[in-house]
Amino acid sequence: MALPTYATPLERIWYYAFRVICALIFLFLIAPILVVIPLSFNVEPYFTFTEKMLTLDPEGYSLRWYDALLTFGHPNAEAPRDAQWWSTVWERATWVQAAKNSFWVGIWATILATTLGTIAALGLSRPEMPYRRLIMALLISPMIVPIIIIAVGMSFFFAKACVAPDSAMGLLFGWALSEKGCLANSHLGVIMAHAVLGIPFVIITVTATLSGFDQSLIRAAQSLGANPRTTFFKVIMPLILPGVISGALFAFVTSFDEVVAVLFIAGPDQQTIPRQMFNGIREAISPAILAVATILVVISVALLTTVELLRRRSDRLRGVTGR
Amino acid sequence: MAEAIPEQLTTADGRPLKAALQAAQARAKRRALLLVLPLLLFVLLTFLVPIAYMLKRSFEHDGFASAAPALVEWFRANPGFDPANPPEEAYAALVKDLARMQTEKTTGMAGTRINYSVPGTISLFKKGAREAATLTPPYKEALIAVDADWAKPALWRGMESASHVYTTEFYKVASDMKLTDDGWSRAPERDRIYLYLFGKTFLISAIITVLCLLLAFPVAHLLATLPMAKSSLLMILVLLPFWTSLLVRTTSWIVLLQEQGVVNSLLVGSGLIDTDGRLQMMYNMTGTIVAMTHVLLPFMILPLYSVMRVIPPSYARAARSLGATSWTTFRRIYLPQTLPGIAAGSLLVFILAVGYYITPALVGGADGQLISNLISFHMSKSNWSLAAAIAAMLLASILLLYWLYDRLIGIDRLKFG
Repeated sequence: MALPTYATPLERIWYYAFRVICALIFLFLIAPILVVIPLSFNVEPYFTFTEKMLTLDPEGYSLRWYDALLTFGHPNAEAPRDAQWWSTVWERATWVQAAKNSFWVGIWATILATTLGTIAALGLSRPEMPYRRLIMALLISPMIVPIIIIAVGMSFFFAKACVAPDSAMGLLFGWALSEKGCLANSHLGVIMAHAVLGIPFVIITVTATLSGFDQSLIRAAQSLGANPRTTFFKVIMPLILPGVISGALFAFVTSFDEVVAVLFIAGPDQQTIPRQMFNGIREAISPAILAVATILVVISVALLTTVELLRRRSDRLRGVTGR
Repeated sequence: MAEAIPEQLTTADGRPLKAALQAAQARAKRRALLLVLPLLLFVLLTFLVPIAYMLKRSFEHDGFASAAPALVEWFRANPGFDPANPPEEAYAALVKDLARMQTEKTTGMAGTRINYSVPGTISLFKKGAREAATLTPPYKEALIAVDADWAKPALWRGMESASHVYTTEFYKVASDMKLTDDGWSRAPERDRIYLYLFGKTFLISAIITVLCLLLAFPVAHLLATLPMAKSSLLMILVLLPFWTSLLVRTTSWIVLLQEQGVVNSLLVGSGLIDTDGRLQMMYNMTGTIVAMTHVLLPFMILPLYSVMRVIPPSYARAARSLGATSWTTFRRIYLPQTLPGIAAGSLLVFILAVGYYITPALVGGADGQLISNLISFHMSKSNWSLAAAIAAMLLASILLLYWLYDRLIGIDRLKFG
């Protein structure tokens, strides 16, 4: 968008003003995310920059709020930090428990959503798929329907979705259900809820990748004697893998960031990081929250980088130049 | 004339070609459906059934009907009774049921059900149930002596209505209707909270959509016109918030905007305001609007960007060479071509804003709450049927918008990054 030579003075002013406006909007987008990082190293329990922090005095900074993440919920926080102390951190510290739950739920929800979503996307991108538009609309709707409505419905249904512990279903799934054998207050319930919320993202990214997929490659593989399984793993999968991985990362982030469903259907054993943060912000907000926030920002930067690299690789493979 | 063409073309094994093709197509259809089937079943179980359950809940409540069988039977036998002056048999049935509630401990359940339409009845039922065993005929006078409210026509109308397990009562309550002595009527002005909050939610969502559009348009234009290397770099600034946890972003806004927060400290430090004049930007509607605009902005930028990227710059140059001013070029040539992006982004942001829960709950304070927060409030108070009815009304409006989105833009055009 170079400035044309015939631009009037007014247009020249506007050209630079426009860039300033854009810079301000970018600042609005990014500043709130960056501001929490230095504040999480604050020595004082405040949410604002102290004078020492502004003069870059090392005494104004500390790791105490990161340390608080380990000691919060620790029955014996002041004890010497030996192997025993660390194992108690792993077993008891509130934030560590929340992190374990978040990863556990997130990984299983991602596996569930990605497997089901990828297989379904393969069907949806076949030209002979009947009711395509209707099924697509249904599968995308968990993203559109407000999460509070889904959570309310699930809290009603999951409380009723119980199996007797001695029945076949109970023996099969009992370990993943609550003590009463219900989906409510169970890990399986949260995993299923998060998987259904992640499915739209998997469907959207994988069908987008498949739209650039040359269907004649499948026929080529078959004419060369490959059976459907070989065709899938040797021809289709390598080409759509970047899309599948981005979809999986979207699904993971959705689960990792989800709090409303957890608030409504999870019990005390399924405390996740977002739920812990939600409670923390509602009750007494301490800079320990900012330490968690900083860690989450670092994780999201890592995920974003991965997705960007994958997208470029996928474009290159499909022979799309530029964007 | 050449040899007669066979009546029907056939495959090598002698089947008519048409039938063979139909069979093959049906098989391909079944295979495609079979791939989607596992996911459809999963979505049915974890998404559609729960929502159907919620809709059922919004019409159903057997708290009173199951606790008061004698009165239910009397209501069935006397459909045209006068609620202003129910006869002695009705009171006898009621006292019998109240005594039963006391022994079966169902008073709270029955009282809660009536409480939806006639507020303040839980304590009335508790008191009545405690006394019921000691009452002697004539029951009408005896019960009214316990509490005069037992003679209220509104209460009798409420009990008659609650004797049906299925009812539209919760929708009436959620549309600001009130059960009075003369039947259902609109609630007085100051009690109309539900439709007011619906209106407010739509208004705030519209404000957020307009703000997002105003902020997204220049940025998307810049990204679409810059050289690829630069725009990829700037795109990261848009995508990073998109990938960052919602709770992190909400926390950041609390840090920035609260009374002792960064923005206020900056303003005080620079002498623009004094310490007593710190701005209230958090825990009110301003907080909700600012934080939600930030959260939803990427959803506006991305669709706008994908439309603007493919607008050929030669059109604008052609307009200029034909004598149009830069403003006319923008208004007549550029803007109309961006309309699909504007429509897609605005609808998406509006749909997402209407159902938002977390951000208003954390930064909204008292006057920045949206309809979702009211649903959550009623869930926490165990007013499940009312929560379900409000949620159903919200769902209906969202589905209407979703249908509109599908008609105008098409859901397969939805993309990220």
